[in-house]
Amino acid sequence: MGVLWFLLIVCFAGSVLIERKIDQLRPAATLEEVLYIPSSKVVKRMCLGFEALVADIYWTRAVQYFGAQHVDNSGQYKLLYPLLDMATDLDPRLIPAYEFGSIFLTQPRPRGAGEPLKAVALLQKGIRQNPDSWRLYQGLGFIYYLELKDYPAAGRAFEQGSKIPGAHPFLKIMAARTLQQGGDYQTAQMLWQSIYESFNDGMIRDNAFKHLRALQVDQEVLQLEALARAYAARTGHLPAGFSELVAVHVLRSVPRDPLGYPYELLPDGHVMVKFYHELPFITHGLPPGAATKR
Amino acid sequence: MTRRIAYIASNTFREAVRDRVLYNLIVFVLLLVGSAVLFGQISMDIERIVVINLSLTSISIFGVVIAIFIGIQLVSKEIDKKTLYTVLARPVRRWEFIIGKFFGLVETLTVNTFFMALGFYAALFYVSKGLHKSDLNILLAIYFIVLQFVVITSLALLFSSFSTPIFSAIFAFALFVIGTFADDLKNFAALTEGITHWLITAAAYLLPNFSSLNVIGQVAHDQPVSLALFVHNSLYAALYSCAAVCGAALIFERRNLK
Repeated sequence: MGVLWFLLIVCFAGSVLIERKIDQLRPAATLEEVLYIPSSKVVKRMCLGFEALVADIYWTRAVQYFGAQHVDNSGQYKLLYPLLDMATDLDPRLIPAYEFGSIFLTQPRPRGAGEPLKAVALLQKGIRQNPDSWRLYQGLGFIYYLELKDYPAAGRAFEQGSKIPGAHPFLKIMAARTLQQGGDYQTAQMLWQSIYESFNDGMIRDNAFKHLRALQVDQEVLQLEALARAYAARTGHLPAGFSELVAVHVLRSVPRDPLGYPYELLPDGHVMVKFYHELPFITHGLPPGAATKR
Repeated sequence: MTRRIAYIASNTFREAVRDRVLYNLIVFVLLLVGSAVLFGQISMDIERIVVINLSLTSISIFGVVIAIFIGIQLVSKEIDKKTLYTVLARPVRRWEFIIGKFFGLVETLTVNTFFMALGFYAALFYVSKGLHKSDLNILLAIYFIVLQFVVITSLALLFSSFSTPIFSAIFAFALFVIGTFADDLKNFAALTEGITHWLITAAAYLLPNFSSLNVIGQVAHDQPVSLALFVHNSLYAALYSCAAVCGAALIFERRNLK
């Protein structure tokens, strides 16, 4: 008996060591860029009526896939929409797949798939299947507003969502605001604030927080550039730096970005963010050509 | 008569609960229920949905496996061990023996499901940080799963009354698979005409309908199950399993046991 126990422990420990060696020899296992069964009808037949569970598995696979590509920063999300489509075909009531999936699809590359039209298609499919879910209308309006800049469509989506019993009162305000003042920073800020406040998921909240911060930077950069231009119009020359504007009491102190670093005033009057790569989604305050590289 | 059936049923139950394989399967289901809590954490915003879907699917699949593998042995085991002759030597009719066996296994499966459901509710309590009124709806899905077991037990018993255990298992499992496509079969029948239409329609009604007994996806999304479906599913399972048990009893009455 003692020998058998000894052999059992030694052999098992040996197998663990060998497996670790094998893992080092082989490239890391990755989620393959392939859907083995692309037809949801076939998958449905194969599930023997348990398609709700299989839908959960496909949704989890979509989350894992998005996370892996996001970390890789590859910008390749070929499988994302098919996975989301499959999950929602198998369980048309899987609201999180529409809600979060559309955010994954909308995000610009490399942080997301950069496919807002597919996100719209996914949300419209969700609305057809779940017409009483106001959150899907909120997502749809959000994409129309922020990504597609289609303000009338965004207004319509918010308006339709606001008519659903139990809808957040915010939708009614957004409907009016987008239809009247489409395109302004305050509305975009309100939208991201609503996302930040209405979602519990850490990743989504973090993303909304970064967008809110980027909007703040964009606004501040534009305001500082306007100040510099006004100073130039008054004095006939651009200020050498923000300290010059502080000296003449135009500014109280050298302005700083949300990370705490001072903004830089360039000789041509443009304002630059020092560590712009640490502030994703900003569109102003970037060095020339940086916007396209990011 | 009722006492004799009850006696056979209680003996069948006692015999089944002595089987260690049964406990292994229940433990495995409880492990799966527990793993659902972890599974939800690697996904997004579906912790509760995953716990319901994975747990109820596990309860259903493993319950069907237990129903088939115990059901097919109910008669053959008694013949192999020659204990059947001792039973039938007493004033027990063959059909009473079959009905007793059926109720014994249904009792076993109901008790199993009760314990698995307790594990499931514990997992749900952990994930949802408490139980809510809407969680009572899930009891209906569990009740429908028990109805599935009742139907599959009757079929396993029917096949075991004339066939070998292996073939009985294959037949019962095949009927379970086909039964999940009952709606498709009816849709297919609607597309055909003439004799083909009648043949497929007849097959669709002859085969068990398991698709209407699966409301797991519905309750996972807090969608109510109608009272009409509850009543109709209960009646359907009672009538269909009664027909299958009667068939089993009729075949067993004529079976040559020498």
